[in-house]
Amino acid sequence: MSEQQTARPAPDPLTPVLSDTWDADRSWTLASYLDRGGYAGLRAALGQDPADVVATVKASGLRGRGGAGFPTGMKWGFLPAPDGGPRYLVVNADESEPGTCKDIPLMLASPQALVEGVAITSYAIGCHHAFIYVRGEVLHVYRRLLRAVEEAYEAGYLGTDVLGSGFDLDVTVHAGAGAYICGEETALLDSLEGRRGQPRLKPPFPAVAGLYARPTVVNNVESIASVPSIVARGADWFTSMGTERSAGFGLFSLSGHVTRPGQYEAPLGTTLRELLDLAGGMRGGKALKFWTPGGSSTPLFTDAHLDTPLDYESVAAAGSMLGTRALQLFDETTCVVRAVSRWTDFYAHESCGKCTPCREGTYWMKQVLARIEAGQGTEADLDLLLDTCDNILGRAFCALGDGATSPVTSSIELFRDEYEAHITEHRCPFDPAASALFDHTPRPARVLTAGVH
Amino acid sequence: MTTTTPAPGTGSSAVAPSGGAATPPAPADQVTFTIDDIEMSVPKGTLVIRAAEQIGIQIPRFCDHPLLEPAGACRQCLVEVATPDREGNVRPMPKPQASCTLEATPGMVVRTQRTSAVADKAQHGIMELLLINHPLDCPVCDKGGECPLQNQAMSNGRATSRFVDVKRTFPKPIAVSTTILLDRERCVLCQRCTRFSQEIAGDAFIDLQKRGAAQQIGRFDEAVLDFAPPAGEAPGDRPVGLALEDESGLPFASYFSGNTVQICPVGALTGAAYRFRSRPFDLVSTPSVAEHDSSGSAIRVDHRRGVVLRRLAGEDPLVNEEWITDRDRFAFTWQSAPDRLTHPLVRDREVAPDGTVTRGELRPASWAEALEVAADALTRARDAAGVGVLPGGRLTVEDAYAYAKLARTWLRTNDVDHRARAHSAEEADFLAHAVAGSGLGVTFSDLEKAPAVLLVGLEAEEEAGVTFLRLRKGALRHGVRVFSVAPYASRGLQRMHGTLLPAAPGTEGEWLDGIAAGDRVRTLDEASGPEDVLADVSDALRRPGAVILVGERLAATRGGYTALLRAAAATGARLAWVPRRAGERGGVEAGTLPNLLPGGRPVADPAARVDVATVWGVGAADDPHAGLPTTAGRDAGEMLDALSVGQLSGVLLGGLELDDLPDPAHARRALEAADVVVSLEVRRSAVTELADVVLPVAPPVEREGAFVSWEGRVRRFPAALASTAMPDHRVLDALADAAGVPLGLATVEAVRAELDQLLDAGAWDGERVPAPAVETAEPPAVAPGTAVLASWRLLLDDARGQDGERYLAGTAKRPVARLSAATAAAVDVFDGELVRVSTDRGAVTLPVVVTDMVDHVVWLPMRSPGSSVHATLGAVPGDVVRLEPGSTDGGEGA
Repeated sequence: MSEQQTARPAPDPLTPVLSDTWDADRSWTLASYLDRGGYAGLRAALGQDPADVVATVKASGLRGRGGAGFPTGMKWGFLPAPDGGPRYLVVNADESEPGTCKDIPLMLASPQALVEGVAITSYAIGCHHAFIYVRGEVLHVYRRLLRAVEEAYEAGYLGTDVLGSGFDLDVTVHAGAGAYICGEETALLDSLEGRRGQPRLKPPFPAVAGLYARPTVVNNVESIASVPSIVARGADWFTSMGTERSAGFGLFSLSGHVTRPGQYEAPLGTTLRELLDLAGGMRGGKALKFWTPGGSSTPLFTDAHLDTPLDYESVAAAGSMLGTRALQLFDETTCVVRAVSRWTDFYAHESCGKCTPCREGTYWMKQVLARIEAGQGTEADLDLLLDTCDNILGRAFCALGDGATSPVTSSIELFRDEYEAHITEHRCPFDPAASALFDHTPRPARVLTAGVH
Repeated sequence: MTTTTPAPGTGSSAVAPSGGAATPPAPADQVTFTIDDIEMSVPKGTLVIRAAEQIGIQIPRFCDHPLLEPAGACRQCLVEVATPDREGNVRPMPKPQASCTLEATPGMVVRTQRTSAVADKAQHGIMELLLINHPLDCPVCDKGGECPLQNQAMSNGRATSRFVDVKRTFPKPIAVSTTILLDRERCVLCQRCTRFSQEIAGDAFIDLQKRGAAQQIGRFDEAVLDFAPPAGEAPGDRPVGLALEDESGLPFASYFSGNTVQICPVGALTGAAYRFRSRPFDLVSTPSVAEHDSSGSAIRVDHRRGVVLRRLAGEDPLVNEEWITDRDRFAFTWQSAPDRLTHPLVRDREVAPDGTVTRGELRPASWAEALEVAADALTRARDAAGVGVLPGGRLTVEDAYAYAKLARTWLRTNDVDHRARAHSAEEADFLAHAVAGSGLGVTFSDLEKAPAVLLVGLEAEEEAGVTFLRLRKGALRHGVRVFSVAPYASRGLQRMHGTLLPAAPGTEGEWLDGIAAGDRVRTLDEASGPEDVLADVSDALRRPGAVILVGERLAATRGGYTALLRAAAATGARLAWVPRRAGERGGVEAGTLPNLLPGGRPVADPAARVDVATVWGVGAADDPHAGLPTTAGRDAGEMLDALSVGQLSGVLLGGLELDDLPDPAHARRALEAADVVVSLEVRRSAVTELADVVLPVAPPVEREGAFVSWEGRVRRFPAALASTAMPDHRVLDALADAAGVPLGLATVEAVRAELDQLLDAGAWDGERVPAPAVETAEPPAVAPGTAVLASWRLLLDDARGQDGERYLAGTAKRPVARLSAATAAAVDVFDGELVRVSTDRGAVTLPVVVTDMVDHVVWLPMRSPGSSVHATLGAVPGDVVRLEPGSTDGGEGA
């Protein structure tokens, strides 16, 4: 559904680069990718000194597209000087954040863009074995990636002596086993090594001792897929888009109560109002109630933030995070308690269990929110939720714990009256069926009973 | 006497700068920073939580343990931290930091819960979260009263809980093994136990599984964990009792699992033997020293109303750090077993007119009568053909000294030998030459930092438990290379990443000679590839600080000690003798060997005899027996031979177990032939039934004393329990009094006063016994259907020291016979089938585990259930035994 939107002759606000080829016939094939000028970036890179490639990416100001927004070129620069041993590139394709849905369509529609990016990045950082860690549940993406890598090998873009340059590169595509935590880069590395995915103590950082205790760069799919165009067209081209400190373009994933959900590739700094215009507005003309700017781990925005520029700085200044640009839109029919309760269920289910605050805090909040939603909460529960969030935020081992608190704290801040309505009326004031995207009979909220986890 | 008590911080023994260039380490880079406004300076790399301890600030913690790698999992130790930026402005870090993973940096400003509301709030928050899923069953929990969770919930937690929801529950408990029980509800998932078993013991048996609040420490689950056993694993080390499978899919077998119970900061891991037995606040704790091996591990004995309820590892950074073996921890019930002797026993002999002697029944007797009977009988025997003294190898140094003195004075003999095991004159010469009176030599700390350690005749994990742990620590943390001359690479060796120097028993000398020669020629196995193991080990042992650890089993190899000393001299490697039993080294020091007087003084040296005679005051010129006996005595084997042919009339025994001897049947006949047998024992034994006078003595827990560890470290311990039982030295003193030859050793103080004159500072500084020079014997011919016997004691086996501890017995390894594939094929048995190992004396039938090992060798556990090598086969390692397929239908020894 999204491909048609993004592939239309671009009205001004859109800058299709990654998604530019998605409308081609069998866009995922190498032939199709080459027809649209694919692998020009790799050829350009192989003609340069690897340090120059790194310099180009640094100059482009490309920031990590996986959520944290760390400058990609700078990350590459953290690798220690070569010592003769292996160094690795690991692509984080374990896209699991609720609402985030950009890497999976990208890999599905244009896997060669990622493979080319992997080749260029590997060349730039001196890596001869790169890994793509794909979320295990998306089997179709895994298969498509495997085929793309196979095609690239056959065509000489991977393997020994890439394009006659003397550069060797092997790429391994690895499927995860279904754990949100494995999107955390060090947990991903543990999982890739065959261990149980739990975050590692830092330092040492992956750049120093990552995969198999060797220097490792871990980058998001979209970051790596953006590299070929930067190398082919130059840093200046890239910085001509976006804002000064948030350069370039990015995929904005609109989902929820929106007329035409999908991927909208636009310069950073665009606004939800612009994106909503492109997406045909809210479903059925209803009013926007709240939205996430970057997935469920980012504090909620409301219609007051329709004109907030969606770049790293502006969103942060407005009290949230750009994250993965996963814009989940909720209209006035939505019960915020119900939405937050479901997100919290997700965090409780996905907490890896390593550290106390995240493991126990999400377990507790899940029960409290379920109580409130079922009309069995008390006024003290709201303070308890806020205090528990305070005890998790900044106390957890990794960012997952922090993320779990964002929807709870921000929703109580913005919609405290709605929580209180649940408590005072001893029921949910909303009709869950009204907010559904299609007709169904929602299950009643379930309160935990003994022995059930 | 140089003494190290088990108490921490008093390791003030004059650690002799021995061996290599012991230059003091350069002062490490110091880091100056502040904690709670107190400025302090610590070495670079120090964790904040450790630094805080140094100035008495306790930050609550669960996952942190000083001997384990940081985990940062529990988050209880959060503190507020500010660090200087590039301009030097101290800027607060945005989040509280876990002080157990944070290294102090210059100018850092740390605020703990004492001065920071943020840190205090963070800690209270974590504590509340930890308790929401905790059952709060302190009133029925073993840990209640000594529980870090309980204590820190009081000191750093909320008074009440706000949690009104549903707790996570688990069925409980899981029996991880027969000794260890796991209650998952109480677990706070700190990972101390899993980190201990991975980092320290190397036999991981439990691991984390599942996630979120369902995360749990668990047994092996093939759906979750790695199923395939590691390649090259020596199979077959299976415990006797029911055990869960460990993380590699093998049944869990660990000698160190009890340590996880002790370091568990909650009551999740409990010991089966102690579970529900006591409350910590009812216990009286006495520091002590473990009596089960020669490592001298510090322990803590916890007792209540005169009954020992448990033992814990003591803290001694120089010796056992904080770890002990399960045997040291759980095997203490032998000291209060029902067969404890409580009063003297006397057996009357009736001499018929025709001269035949009839032995009567043992009957209780008063001390006065028993001592008088024993003194008279021994005096008569001395004046007849003489009396031999066999004090066994489990005595304190004070007791051993009393035996040594009593033998030389009253009994006027050097026929004294504590070695109740395979031994040789070569070994006695080796001990006199290289070990006795040498004081503190190679230490645990030296092992940890040595470039290479060679083990000869020593299976470190089985025969010297915590020594294995220290070697493993050295191998993992400091790259110590471990080599072992043995018939196969045991799991212990593999866990030290050690290199096997394969040798059949009796051929260890070939490796030692090769090492001495520094051979660079490919000698043994051309096909083994480019790596020449001999050149490798030869080079490694020539590096400064290298160590050779030799076990007592080398005594069974003719020429072994001779070759060993040559190898040590040629390589410059330092040498340490690691016997199994706690009393062996003390016996060597105290002079319970036929060629040695106290302090390493050679019997044959007149000046040495004068030294000792002076201290003992036995130099009167008008006495026909003035001075000390001048000729070397018989060793234990020779004494038994002499007894059986009437060349000795009597024997004085000290806790001797007949089944420890290489030929128990022969020993039994020898004691039967003796005119008088006087035995000092804690419990009834096979000897009791042969003795004429039995004098009860106190077990270690009821007396004070000292063991000398293999390091040469004197390990004093106090009496834990009040008791009227007397230690050996006091009984011997009374016995000598009864004979009219006062020993003057009634009190520990008296013994130590004499020891101080003769040991350590007073040790022999004259010429030592020359190194033994015994030719290596040719290996025996191995005919078809036979093999050379290899054997050693397992840590947990049929030993009487483990009596009464059924939980512990369940974790002993199941006895198996090990054969190489070729040897097994030659006798037509397959893996898992039975093999019958026999001599003319008897047969042992055990299941076969085909092992990657030396051909024409069969390995048996030396004294495990169903495999008593000495008692059944009458054989020692190196002997040739017959092999044939075994059958289950009995017929043993037929």
